[in-house]
Amino acid sequence: MAVLKFLLGCFKLITTGSKAYKAWVVFLLGLIGVGIHGYAHQFSHGLISTAMRDQVSWGFYIGNFTFLVGVAAAAVMLVIPAYVYHWEPIKEVVILGELLAISAITMCLCFVMADMGHPERLWEFIPYLGSINFPRSLLAWDSMVLNAYLVLNLLVVGHLLFKAFMGQHYNKKIVYPLVLLSIPAAVSIHTVTAFLYNGLIARPFWNAAILAPRFIASAFCSGPAILLILFQVLRKTTPFRIKNEAIWKVAELMAYAMFFNLFLEAAEVFKEYYSDTEHLLYMRYLYTGVHGHNTLVPYAWTALVCNILAFLIFLHPKTRRNFLTLNLGCLLIYSGVYIEKGMGLVIPGMTPDTLGEIYEYSPTITELKVAAGVFALGFLVFTLLVKIAVPIVMGQFGINNVRTSRDEALARSTAPASH
Amino acid sequence: MSARRHLPVIGSDGGAGADDASGAPLPGETPAAARSRRQFLRSAMGGVAAATLAGCGSFDLDDLFRKHFTELPPEEVKKLLARLEREYTAKFGKEVKVANTAAKPGVQFGYGLDLSRCIGCRRCVYACVRENNQSRDPQIQWIRVLEMEKEKGIDTAESNQYYDAAEVPRPGHFYMPVACHQCRNPPCVKTCPVRATWQEPDGIVVVDYNRCVGCRCCMAACPYGARHFNWGEPHLPPADLNPNTHYLGNRPRPKGVVEKCTWCIQRTRVGRYPACVEICPVGARKFGNLLDPESEIRYIMEHKRVFIFKEELNTQPKFYYFYAT
Repeated sequence: MAVLKFLLGCFKLITTGSKAYKAWVVFLLGLIGVGIHGYAHQFSHGLISTAMRDQVSWGFYIGNFTFLVGVAAAAVMLVIPAYVYHWEPIKEVVILGELLAISAITMCLCFVMADMGHPERLWEFIPYLGSINFPRSLLAWDSMVLNAYLVLNLLVVGHLLFKAFMGQHYNKKIVYPLVLLSIPAAVSIHTVTAFLYNGLIARPFWNAAILAPRFIASAFCSGPAILLILFQVLRKTTPFRIKNEAIWKVAELMAYAMFFNLFLEAAEVFKEYYSDTEHLLYMRYLYTGVHGHNTLVPYAWTALVCNILAFLIFLHPKTRRNFLTLNLGCLLIYSGVYIEKGMGLVIPGMTPDTLGEIYEYSPTITELKVAAGVFALGFLVFTLLVKIAVPIVMGQFGINNVRTSRDEALARSTAPASH
Repeated sequence: MSARRHLPVIGSDGGAGADDASGAPLPGETPAAARSRRQFLRSAMGGVAAATLAGCGSFDLDDLFRKHFTELPPEEVKKLLARLEREYTAKFGKEVKVANTAAKPGVQFGYGLDLSRCIGCRRCVYACVRENNQSRDPQIQWIRVLEMEKEKGIDTAESNQYYDAAEVPRPGHFYMPVACHQCRNPPCVKTCPVRATWQEPDGIVVVDYNRCVGCRCCMAACPYGARHFNWGEPHLPPADLNPNTHYLGNRPRPKGVVEKCTWCIQRTRVGRYPACVEICPVGARKFGNLLDPESEIRYIMEHKRVFIFKEELNTQPKFYYFYAT
């Protein structure tokens, strides 16, 4: 009964709201419709409606997937400073991080689905039922850790919200171990995703041990960048409170993470350019172009400039504490890491291909439509989850706000006759 | 639109060489072994024919949750092959055979390619397409021929796949065809998340098109560009269909799956040469059983200067390049 009331309450929360909220949801639904339209075309014609070909066999979808795994991982890694610095609204930070993680993982899974030639055969990934190649295949590992991470976050969030809804204190014995487990799980999803590329001997651009540390470093920048903006939006539009100091502390940590990311990148650039072996080809394709093929070059430099500027902004206390420059820095980091961990990672890994052919990839309209739909779905999931979570966590909405028809009948029968 | 450009070939009719009899001994195989193989073949074909008559209904729920192909009981295999034969026969309007000829014990196939002979004519490319039922539109080709500059040696970054075949061999250049190297340590097999690709006992790496999820991890993993994806619905005119197929090889493919060279598994397992070996006008291509000390491929390995491509990756190919002269 209590669970039913909880679900009813959730339904009530997401179906009521301001005009702005409704307009936002309709807008997202519209974008999802665009995505479905694109995907329907791809499903009937095949992946030939994308720009991917044998030479560049992964593209925009897998690039977005990789970036979003980082977002999902970093959202929860933010729990670490929340503990270390004893932030007051620790529960709120944990919940928001996990809601973002759930939304990001949803998008990740959708992007992988969109990239599959035979999505209807995905049951093959289920252990015992299908024929999963575990532990040899890294994609098998990835599917397992991503789904486990999704379930873990759903459990924690579900428990916290349900208890708050019931007006009870959450069970520390359940929540603490799970939250602590979600931290190494967050690191592992991004590490395994890095290993997916890292283990491919055919692609020297990815086959470097520095890849997984770089993934983690850049994720520690991009995940918090999104959360910092969300914190500010939420404390303006909801009773959710988070201190300036907490935001500035995260920004400081981002500066260190970005420094580490840039340092690792510099280490790679030095190794490739100074040793000047045949492996340099891929980095040259990224930064200078090869034989006049230079589609990625402007993006690569944009990413580098964004990352360096953001690092400087977050390094200096004055610009870090000014919300205008802080938000500018967040946007710069978001763009920089999106390019670097998306197309800037996937495409040069495959260009030139293993036989030296250069095929210049750039996504088709279908790919952009599907990606827009997936991002809209992720934003919708996040919007709805926040819409549910904030009033419940703030104690403004609970079991007493939900009445079933049985309660109504009960209320009527016990009400004074004169009423 | 395929990203691959159309590759012309000299004498485009190709003139497929006279096919040898399907039961001819493999290079180095004893006549008795060839005979028992033929007998096995006949009985296998008989079984398939019986199952064709018995089966009915086109959609099979078993299809969705079927065991791995290598673990499937023989009667299930027969049922599956019969159903596929019915489907293909109906689709192409001519009788299609789907065999499941097994690997023979004591056979480990190996391939030799004489770089001093290859003239880059691309006849092998098209013989392969005709034999193995690749999609004609979008074009899929399992063999890629790289034109390299003699001065630079084997440098893929300086190679060209789109040279004009009417002008070969061009002075100062040599030609290096590349297809699946049937590695002993195949990086593609370990990356497959659903065991849809594996190495057979005779060393051929195969794909089960009924299991492949189309994630393309294997394509990212292959250092030889040997794996090809059906990006669109493969188009194969019925007149061009080769009706003698193998489940793990040249049977018609659906869209959204990966395919690759199987050293013509439908031919080599019944004692014939791969189509590319047969068609090569200069005799640059050699094929045989590595475990047979009398085979031509063994002779080449023992007497010629043999090398493998990208040996630093430890893929341990069974595809050997050599210089005969």
